[in-house]
Amino acid sequence: MSARRLGATGPGATAVHAWLLLLPALVLLVAFTHWPAVATFIDSFYSTPKGSRPAVWVGLENYQAMVDDPVFWKAVRNNLWFAGATIPLSIGLALVMALWVNERIAGRAFLRMAYFTPTVLPMIAVANIWLFFYTPQYGLLEQLTGALGLPSHNWLGDPRTALACVTVVAVWKEAGFFMIFYLAALQTLNPSLREAAAIEGASRWTFFRRVQWPLLMPTTLFVLVNAVINAFRAVDHIFVLTRGGPDNASTLLLYHLYEVGFKFWDTAYAAAITVVLVVVLASVALFQFFVLDKRVHYK
Amino acid sequence: MKRKTFTLFLAAAAAASLAWTPAQAQAQTTEVSFFYPVAVGGPIAKAIDGFAADFMKANPGIKVNPIYAGTYQETIVKALTAHKAGTPPVTSVLLSTDMFTLIDEDAIVPIDNFVRTADDKAWLDSFYPAFMMNSRSGGKTWGVPFQRSTIVMYYNKELFKEAGLDPNRPPENLAELKAAAAKLTKKDASGKVLQYGVQIPSTGFGYWMLQTMTTANDAILANDAGTQVKLDDPKVVESLQYWVDLGKAGVHPPGVVEWGTTPKDFFEKKTAIMYTTTGNLTNVKANAKFDFGVGMIPGNKRKGSPTGGGNFYIFKKASPAQQEAAFKFIKWITQPERAAVWSMDTGYVAVSQAAYGTDALRKYGRDFPPALVARDQLPVSVAEFSTHDNQRVTKALNDAVQAALTGAKTPAQALQDAQHEADRILRSYK
Repeated sequence: MSARRLGATGPGATAVHAWLLLLPALVLLVAFTHWPAVATFIDSFYSTPKGSRPAVWVGLENYQAMVDDPVFWKAVRNNLWFAGATIPLSIGLALVMALWVNERIAGRAFLRMAYFTPTVLPMIAVANIWLFFYTPQYGLLEQLTGALGLPSHNWLGDPRTALACVTVVAVWKEAGFFMIFYLAALQTLNPSLREAAAIEGASRWTFFRRVQWPLLMPTTLFVLVNAVINAFRAVDHIFVLTRGGPDNASTLLLYHLYEVGFKFWDTAYAAAITVVLVVVLASVALFQFFVLDKRVHYK
Repeated sequence: MKRKTFTLFLAAAAAASLAWTPAQAQAQTTEVSFFYPVAVGGPIAKAIDGFAADFMKANPGIKVNPIYAGTYQETIVKALTAHKAGTPPVTSVLLSTDMFTLIDEDAIVPIDNFVRTADDKAWLDSFYPAFMMNSRSGGKTWGVPFQRSTIVMYYNKELFKEAGLDPNRPPENLAELKAAAAKLTKKDASGKVLQYGVQIPSTGFGYWMLQTMTTANDAILANDAGTQVKLDDPKVVESLQYWVDLGKAGVHPPGVVEWGTTPKDFFEKKTAIMYTTTGNLTNVKANAKFDFGVGMIPGNKRKGSPTGGGNFYIFKKASPAQQEAAFKFIKWITQPERAAVWSMDTGYVAVSQAAYGTDALRKYGRDFPPALVARDQLPVSVAEFSTHDNQRVTKALNDAVQAALTGAKTPAQALQDAQHEADRILRSYK
């Protein structure tokens, strides 16, 4: 009755109706996504307000400070290294694990669970566990290398290994999560494809390379998008494991951003770093959606 | 009829509210939110809750709401974020070194605002002068010492005996420390170190540990106004070189040593001597399964250690009634009897001479002399490194310490870089 009355009063009312339906989501999106982004962009051209000293327009000064900031560049280099290692490693590992637990093997359910466990744990808990793996002299890693007669090593306290150590933790945590997507995708593949390949006498490798891998492409893109986001979003385990140290050897962009924003309270400079981070991530996302997305669907 | 009922109801409600208001005003309580951090082991949260409960029993008009807010770092982030949002805690325990930051953010009020009676004045004068060095600036008192500490040297008496050292005479100066550490270092047949002589942590509080050695060398890192630092002083370079040399000699772990796992390394006998805050004393007492001793920080040109730890601050944006209530709570909790209990529960230094005069703490000190070492070190203590924009300047110094310890830079180069960075940051405060 009421719906008919609304429909009867013409297209204007329909538009109002539509906007009203959109309103709750719109309010949340504007309040928590769009407005903060715009405000951050504006703030990045002002100085940091402090006590009784209000913010003043400084133009590109914050961006100039960023160019001159050696720790920022160190964080950029570290983050690229971190992304370059975690993305292929976690995706590759996820694929191998998914292919394995997709087969009919003994203890399959147990294996699947074991692979997925790290994903369920909070990152802070994971980092605390790994902190004791890496502890010099009596940590798990030390006991293993010690049993092999290798010399003792301070894994997190040495700038040459600190970043690699936090990378390993991230891969360990992420691979299980991505495995779930691959596993789901593998199970939607038509079984007749496998039968056909078997009749043709295709080897397992050929079947994977020619059939499974191309059909998994949309999943790979989805996982890739997530992996890229995670690589630049990673911060929690840094707090527990190294706090960016030693001497900034394992500082990632978001950790640097946190330090500038909430440790030094230089909110204007932090806003400028945020803008750069958002622009870079947005361009990667646009590339993935508009270029890669067209190429992954197998026809 | 219906309307009449409604009017009646309104009238009744109004009458009830009128009758109720005076009673409510009488019972009205002032709420005091109180953020506090924990930086050492032990059941600190329970002790704080106990204090708050006792205080509320004695002061029914005030409700103290203690909120555990994480580490010192996390607590100041929460307190300052809340300050910027307009609703800070009424009072908080934060690092004494964050005083300049809090003043610059216009976040706190001087304690002097609340000191009116002769009794209040006597109370403010009762704290150890060493602790007031990080609590005063520009002629005003901004913080009240609470969980204050100094760095002390913990050593394993059994390992001292095994190495042929006198377990009742810890190293007195830097040369003796190095010699003792060499004797205390144990290696297996392949040359792998099983036990280090000494361990000085370098994450989180690297600058603080460096200060133990610069104080021994008679160097002061920052001026009282917090506007100038002297990090590239040759005496400072020499201090950092000494620390690096301990690692090179193989008597100190290589690279950067974790603050948090250092007590565990000591319990596991992976190190015979460790430097850490006296705030860890109760933790060590409970967990060390061997006879241990506590010594003053070894000297060189002079003795001494920087003080450390947290002060009470009162936030500006709280209402006057809340600030007064917070002041009352702070005054109450720092009374000698309470300071004595707090010191025994945690190992932190009791903040006043009078606390050490209480029967409880006198007896505790007699039975457990290590509890008095930090206090005895106070007369030769210096202010902890603190400047404007403190976290940022401190990070520059921490990075320098880590760069030198990991061999990325020479001590001279690292400290020169830190000085350069600190000068840049402090430029606007001169």
